[in-house]
Amino acid sequence: MASLKELRNRIASVKATQKITKAMQMVAAAKLRKAQMAAEAARPYSERMAKVMANISAGMEGSDGAPKLMAGTGSDQTHLLVVATAERGLCGGFNSSIARLARDKARELMAEGKTVKILCVGKKGFDAMKMEFGDILLDLVTFREIKNIGFAQASQVSEQILSMFDDGEYDVCTLFYSEFQSVISQIPTAQQLIPAQAPVVEDADAATDDINYEYEPGEEEILEDLLPRNISIQIFRAILENGASEQGARMSAMDNATRNAGEMIDKLTLSFNRQRQAQITKELIEIISGAEAL
Amino acid sequence: MSEAFSFELVSPEALVLGGEASEVVVPGAEGYFTVLANHSPFMTTVKPGIVDVKMSDGEAKRIFVRGGFADVSPTGFTLLAEQATMLEDVNMEELDADISAAREAVANSEGDKKVKAETKLAQLEDSKTAISMAMN
Repeated sequence: MASLKELRNRIASVKATQKITKAMQMVAAAKLRKAQMAAEAARPYSERMAKVMANISAGMEGSDGAPKLMAGTGSDQTHLLVVATAERGLCGGFNSSIARLARDKARELMAEGKTVKILCVGKKGFDAMKMEFGDILLDLVTFREIKNIGFAQASQVSEQILSMFDDGEYDVCTLFYSEFQSVISQIPTAQQLIPAQAPVVEDADAATDDINYEYEPGEEEILEDLLPRNISIQIFRAILENGASEQGARMSAMDNATRNAGEMIDKLTLSFNRQRQAQITKELIEIISGAEAL
Repeated sequence: MSEAFSFELVSPEALVLGGEASEVVVPGAEGYFTVLANHSPFMTTVKPGIVDVKMSDGEAKRIFVRGGFADVSPTGFTLLAEQATMLEDVNMEELDADISAAREAVANSEGDKKVKAETKLAQLEDSKTAISMAMN
């Protein structure tokens, strides 16, 4: 049994930890709201982009002129996996669930005899992947120093991905990130970036397809210009979703930690009191029996 | 007074401008064009440059956009801009930095990429002249 002094120290240190986790939870809650607002603000752009893409690609269907980014290179031998995770830990299973999804996919592809390359966005994913896939990890992009991740960072990533595609370094590109559902649920998601899949638009919008658009310079040129942009947008969206998911995951993880610390303090306090009482009783017995002996 | 139509300028980060406009001048891929109400459906890419918007309440706005995409449909005009800044907020130093980066890219690349980099550089330089003219 620990001494009274030891118990007292233990309680003090757990209390300090609880204060920290509580503060982290509150910071995460504030950041979550910001991240959600950013994700919301980005929505109109990506929605309209998807609509325009759907309009054009519907017109392009079946023609041979479809650009490579859409039609693919004609093979699927080399895969590039882009794993987007957070820069920091202490957010529950957030990073590891993304990494697990990517790892499973990589193993599956390798079992099929395909070549796999991995690009990490965010340090935590890199740390999780380098044990098993150290030799096929291409690069790590981190935004650790950047406070507000904006579109510029997303287009930096997409430029890297696109220039690798232009050099013929891979055929299929898949992006891994975590979709934000709610504070307690984030869903790790895999999304194929290249070849691009035409976005599905609700039927209500399909009616506008009948309009004869005039294109300048031409449908193909526009599509060629649009596809790289769409990839930047997809990555931007993934980064924003990830940001919200990370804060949500951290919030619930820290909430749990605070609650656990509370339980621990209760238990320790109980045994501290019990022991103090035992000591008082023991001292009393000693005094009484000493008096009786006289 | 000309008829109004709904106009939206959207950047990836936010809806920059939305509302009823009566006239919008856009730097299209093949030259500047003006959109008025009841424009025929039209789609084009946008070069870096200055967009002139006349809102239906008579307010004029000038916005610097960096590349993007214009979609004129019967329901309205949507301009998807990669980056949009109000003209008075444009950061010239940032633009200069981008121009020198583009210059380097031209020097360091070859083949197809060089052509792309050169186009980008030319567009950036064009937009710089456009901005400095508009500011004076």
